[in-house]
Amino acid sequence: MAFTFRTIVLKEIYQRKGRMVSGLLAITLGIAVIVAIQSITSVSRQVVAKKLDLLGANIMVLPQGATVDDYFSADVDAPTFPEEYVERIAASMIPGVDNMSPKLSRRIEIDGSSVILTGILPANELASKPIWQASGLMGAELALACAPSQNKESSLTEADLKAQRKAVDSLGMNEVWVGSQIAERLRVNTGSILPIEGRTFKVTHVLPETGTIDDNRIFAHLHAAQLLLGINGQVSNIEIMGCCSEISDGLLGKLRNILPDTRITTIGHIVNTQIETNTLMAKVALVLLVIIILVGSFSIGNYMWANVEERRREIGTLITIGWGRRHIYWLFLAKAIILGLVGGVLGYVVGTVSAVILGPYLAGLEIGPVLAYFWWSVVVAMVISLAGSWYPTYRAARIDPAVIMQEV
Amino acid sequence: MFDIHGLTKTYTRSKQHVHALRDISLRITAGSFVAVTGPSGSGKTTLLLTLGGLIQPSAGNVTYGDQNLYTLPASQLATFRNRTIGFVLQTFNLVPYLTAVENVMLPMLPRETNGMDTLRHALDLLEKLGLADRATFLPRELSVGQQQRVAIARALANDPEVILADEPTGNLDPSLANEILDVLDDLNRSYSKTVVMVTHSPQAAARAREVLKLRDGMLVS
Repeated sequence: MAFTFRTIVLKEIYQRKGRMVSGLLAITLGIAVIVAIQSITSVSRQVVAKKLDLLGANIMVLPQGATVDDYFSADVDAPTFPEEYVERIAASMIPGVDNMSPKLSRRIEIDGSSVILTGILPANELASKPIWQASGLMGAELALACAPSQNKESSLTEADLKAQRKAVDSLGMNEVWVGSQIAERLRVNTGSILPIEGRTFKVTHVLPETGTIDDNRIFAHLHAAQLLLGINGQVSNIEIMGCCSEISDGLLGKLRNILPDTRITTIGHIVNTQIETNTLMAKVALVLLVIIILVGSFSIGNYMWANVEERRREIGTLITIGWGRRHIYWLFLAKAIILGLVGGVLGYVVGTVSAVILGPYLAGLEIGPVLAYFWWSVVVAMVISLAGSWYPTYRAARIDPAVIMQEV
Repeated sequence: MFDIHGLTKTYTRSKQHVHALRDISLRITAGSFVAVTGPSGSGKTTLLLTLGGLIQPSAGNVTYGDQNLYTLPASQLATFRNRTIGFVLQTFNLVPYLTAVENVMLPMLPRETNGMDTLRHALDLLEKLGLADRATFLPRELSVGQQQRVAIARALANDPEVILADEPTGNLDPSLANEILDVLDDLNRSYSKTVVMVTHSPQAAARAREVLKLRDGMLVS
């Protein structure tokens, strides 16, 4: 092998490998911690996103001039807009629209009791629409977005949880779901027959108490409700589950562009919860990254400083025999690059293996290797190593060779 | 070759001024063999390192040929040391994790010469100094005499015009010291190298053709 500057760097590392381990360990562990945390948080972010989805819709499309109060009061003369708008949104393929639910609500009288009849489109019908499939909002994704909570302590059934969020897998034209208060008032149970406006419906589910206006609501198939109310092809609103990063990235504006004669608003507390959760997770990851870069750079700096001190005579000799500053810089920065490269690769491997092994135990998550983190690990490790080595290298290149000669 | 005018070097340590060299003027001609002697602290090593472009003088100047050394930028001064000067030091200063031949090749690296030529040249130098069979040995595997000969081979790597030797026999027993002095003498006589040697030893000084005596930073003869 030809004798080059690289030979010197590699031989020095090999000769003092024991001492190099501490420096390498600092980078490797730092990168391993970040990779493990990132691997776990990327999976947990998806889990959190799903759980946030369970909070329900976060965007409401209302008729022009209507308010959310209009929707909840469901007055007889409340404005409506065409159901066709649902397909218009789907056809636009705007990113960030995870799920949609068109509704028609009207206040009606049953046996002298005032109730709100809400027509909804069940998930199986949404998924079967060709335009849905073209836009990528397939049944599986709808099911994902509408998946019930996995909270095992809850006494609510899967149907209860779905019903609470008004996402219904299937609902026949002659079937209704009834809110708890109105069920009690009308004395109906699951399986009862309920006459509404001259037509009979079968109660297929009595909803659990929610403490909201939904306790006084009857859910029917959207098209059945339209027939019953004589408002064919019209809806009161469309609830949309939007992905929060897209919401803050102009999703509302894009929706307004394709539905100019509607009023589009966010359901503030849900959006805020989503944005706050994602912001918090991003901040935690950033804080960890900064801490690890600082600690890693300090450790590498400490090791390189000791290395420079240990090699003062050698550096002085090299300067004496005519090596320039750039050669001394190269000697130490090349070492830093090698340390960064090896530390980055080892850190990625250790971090990924740790995440894969510990993820299921510590976070209850199945975690797989994320290849994108490999390059990220190498780049961050190089940055740590070069940042930590810069000042010791600067000092090394300025060692006074005369002083070294006299240190006998 | 070397023209030295009014050379003065004053160190300041703990607010105390130490006059290492005081107004020294002299001329060292090409091909001479000069011994610099004097008691400890007389400024011998400071004079040698100043000639080698390693210590910025407080006053005066050092000219080599037509180059005033201390007006050169750092990179050109490094090139001057690399091409013109060969240093031989009392403690050899070999790089401990490199083999003998690699140590000899060290001064050739900044010249970016062909790798095979560099290796061949380094092996030739070791052979001339009787170390052909020690080329792949690490410094710790060599005797002190062999280590000093490797240091001399390293000093000769770029075929310099001047050898600056700081107590080259200081760490050697008398017979090894004679061997090293023979090598320096041969370099001076056979290869016309200018040798400037700092030494405490009267026997070593006797091998030189010119002797400079320093006392308290001043040239006394």
